[in-house]
Amino acid sequence: MSNLTDNREGTQYLLMGNEAIARGALEAGVNVASGYPGTPSSEIIESLAKVAKERNLYVEWSANEKVALEVAAAASFAKLRSLCAMKQVGVNVASDFLLHLGLSGTRGGMVLVTCDDPGALSSSNEGPSRYFARMFEVPLLEPGDFQEAKDITKWAFELSEELKNVVMVRSVTRVSHASGNVRLGKLPETKSLAKFKYDGSSLDADEGPAESVPVGEKHRLQQEKLKTATKLFEQSPFNTYHGPEKPELLIITASAGNLYTREAISVLGVEDRVGLLKLGTTWPLPPLLLKRYLSTTDKIMFVEEVLPFLEENVKVLAAENAREVGVKTFYGKNEGVIPKTGELNPDIVVSALCKILKIDYLAMDPEYEKKLQMTTIAGVPERARTFCPGCPHRASFWSIHNALQMDNRKGFVCGDIGCYAMGRFPCGFNTTKTLHSMGSGAGLASGFGKLAQFGMDQPVLAVCGDSTFFHAVMPALVNAVHHKSNITLVVLDNSGTAMTGFQPHPGLSVNAMGDEVPEVDISKVCNAIGAKVEIRDPFDLGETQKTLNRMLEDKQGVKVLILQQTCALSPEKRHTKQYEMHIDENLCLGEDCGCNRLCTRIFQCPGLVWNNDKKKAWIDEALCVGCGVCSLICPAGAIKREEVA
Amino acid sequence: MATKLLSKDPYNIVITGVGGQGNVMASRVLANMLVRSGYYVTIGETFGASQRGGSVMSHIRVSRQSAWSPQIPRGRANITVSLEPIEAIRVLKRYGNPKVNALTNTRPIYPVGVIAGELVYPSLEEIKESVNELSLSSWFIDAADEAMKLGNPILGNIIMIGALFGIGELPIGRENFKEVISKSMPEEKLDINLKAFDIGTSMIEQYTR
Repeated sequence: MSNLTDNREGTQYLLMGNEAIARGALEAGVNVASGYPGTPSSEIIESLAKVAKERNLYVEWSANEKVALEVAAAASFAKLRSLCAMKQVGVNVASDFLLHLGLSGTRGGMVLVTCDDPGALSSSNEGPSRYFARMFEVPLLEPGDFQEAKDITKWAFELSEELKNVVMVRSVTRVSHASGNVRLGKLPETKSLAKFKYDGSSLDADEGPAESVPVGEKHRLQQEKLKTATKLFEQSPFNTYHGPEKPELLIITASAGNLYTREAISVLGVEDRVGLLKLGTTWPLPPLLLKRYLSTTDKIMFVEEVLPFLEENVKVLAAENAREVGVKTFYGKNEGVIPKTGELNPDIVVSALCKILKIDYLAMDPEYEKKLQMTTIAGVPERARTFCPGCPHRASFWSIHNALQMDNRKGFVCGDIGCYAMGRFPCGFNTTKTLHSMGSGAGLASGFGKLAQFGMDQPVLAVCGDSTFFHAVMPALVNAVHHKSNITLVVLDNSGTAMTGFQPHPGLSVNAMGDEVPEVDISKVCNAIGAKVEIRDPFDLGETQKTLNRMLEDKQGVKVLILQQTCALSPEKRHTKQYEMHIDENLCLGEDCGCNRLCTRIFQCPGLVWNNDKKKAWIDEALCVGCGVCSLICPAGAIKREEVA
Repeated sequence: MATKLLSKDPYNIVITGVGGQGNVMASRVLANMLVRSGYYVTIGETFGASQRGGSVMSHIRVSRQSAWSPQIPRGRANITVSLEPIEAIRVLKRYGNPKVNALTNTRPIYPVGVIAGELVYPSLEEIKESVNELSLSSWFIDAADEAMKLGNPILGNIIMIGALFGIGELPIGRENFKEVISKSMPEEKLDINLKAFDIGTSMIEQYTR
């Protein structure tokens, strides 16, 4: 039995925020869960997938977030409870459907969980998803700790059913990927029967067709629902206040900001000077509650990450009610005490409080701080991100880079989202030159490939992963083929959504719940679209490069090269070695070689190290996974590989 | 089974290392041991892109009272557990203080910048000197080497947890460890993990400065 299905009410477990969200959904009797993998959201669907059989759920990793939201909505229309989870950028993808879903309304409780990544710890942006709730007029909840991650999710289902609309729950990396004690509630007996009723009138919320039209009526109804939400939020136990009756400063916060602020207040010992209003219902805001707290002081500070969402909304409310609550001094992003980019931490809140309350505080003993200037301490070498030992992407980019060098027409590669986004770093030989959203590499290439009429003669390539291919590359590929764009798409097929933890995708023969399913063959799809397709093993550097150079020469239409090699971290490949590697020190010419340490200076596999004492290359046994690729790059043939029996 | 009380509340532990070393696993095991002893534990960590060969940190807050921020404030670590030696220095620079304890595995994993010859990796002597300068008490053990002898470098984490028990700062015990491992790993792995734990404990018991 998993911790997540323990039905002993009151038992405490250490749960990751995402596990707590999954548990909340289970306690709400969720039936269907869908999503697309993305850090920091992936563990929600993963956790539910693990207990799917035991709890009679249907759980899927959808092809992309828009489809995921549609799959979850279908369950809701059939009167089931459903959850859809994605990272912040997923909401952009799903947003077109979300706008319409807000109008059509939902039936069974439906919750959209979005996990933002302030500071872009695992993203190519730090986009805010909360504005979607305001823009599309759906309620927004934000858990302020781990217990609330569970409890607020459970409540979101009830709220959704009461309002007959989708409810957004927004988490962040430091809630989703942090862990804490969570007290469990009860798991319900679920005996749900799915039935989509559509015979009622178009305005019948329970038995009519599920449609966003007629827009005038549906939009008015949607806004009524928000008004009801406002009333319910006035009473919500997730909006809490700690502090004196008349604080010198009132801090309004939500989400991880709650934990940072609590810590900062404790560090400075200002519990009797500062009031902390933590909001769990952040859109629409409960006006009576806010008016009550705004009236307690004339200094207000906002602690929230990236854009000033709460700050703007509260300021509007304060302006509307200025006669009652009085004139305020606001501290936050616009005034500048809290940064508008990056993630927060307790230290940032401490220094903001020090400024406002005029407190002198030193986080570090000055004598200690002085020691940090010592040479070894100050000069600790940075640790740049890199591909893992045995990563197929290193081999793929090696060949792409060399093919472009050989071609010598300033060709370039449009990058995409996945581990291979690191193709822009030295570990990928600085090969990729654009990086945006999922599938944008292929889309940009499609555009670049049409610029020959304006004199552009550079070869155009794009890379994408296997999961990304299904998510957003297919429409771009169709576009490129149809418009005869001259490009080469390299599919870095490592058999899974590797970066986020090997979630299955439509190209694999297993689904999220472990059932066997038909796989969609990438090469057949590309062939059917009309591209010229070849498949190679990227570990065969010679063949891969030769194929690429041939494709770069071919000026007619779309070429697709599928480079198939399983990710080195995949469960089936991990702890297996194809080759035992060693350096023949008699053959390694060291610094006299003339290659200028090509193996370590350029190839940069963490498992292949330059031994500075011996002035020879050296295999680090603890890290090498025996892919054998480095044996192909040594001009002296000193890196030896022996097939493991 | 709490063997002693916390010397500070919250007691702040930083487990640091390089992506792929099993940092997250180590912090889970340790945190679960503490939760079973009745403590509130908060772990803050990042994984995803940041794990690919980069520095990885887990912040563990242990308290009798409540959950704390998943990020420890500057200068407030009580003990650092470093699976890689230069990561010890990196963490002490931000979270260290004159009273911090430091437990460090001595086996380096070279940053790509060092492999490429652009950056210099300090000698073990220099690293020890720096860590000693920045901590009240320090222990340096070759957990990775012992783990390799046991047949799997990933056991280095468990050796470090055994060592942490040996240091005696935390209310954790061997039985406590056994319970958590039995719950989270297949039965056949229990013995090797207990062996690794004991090796760690005895490395501290026999430690000479």
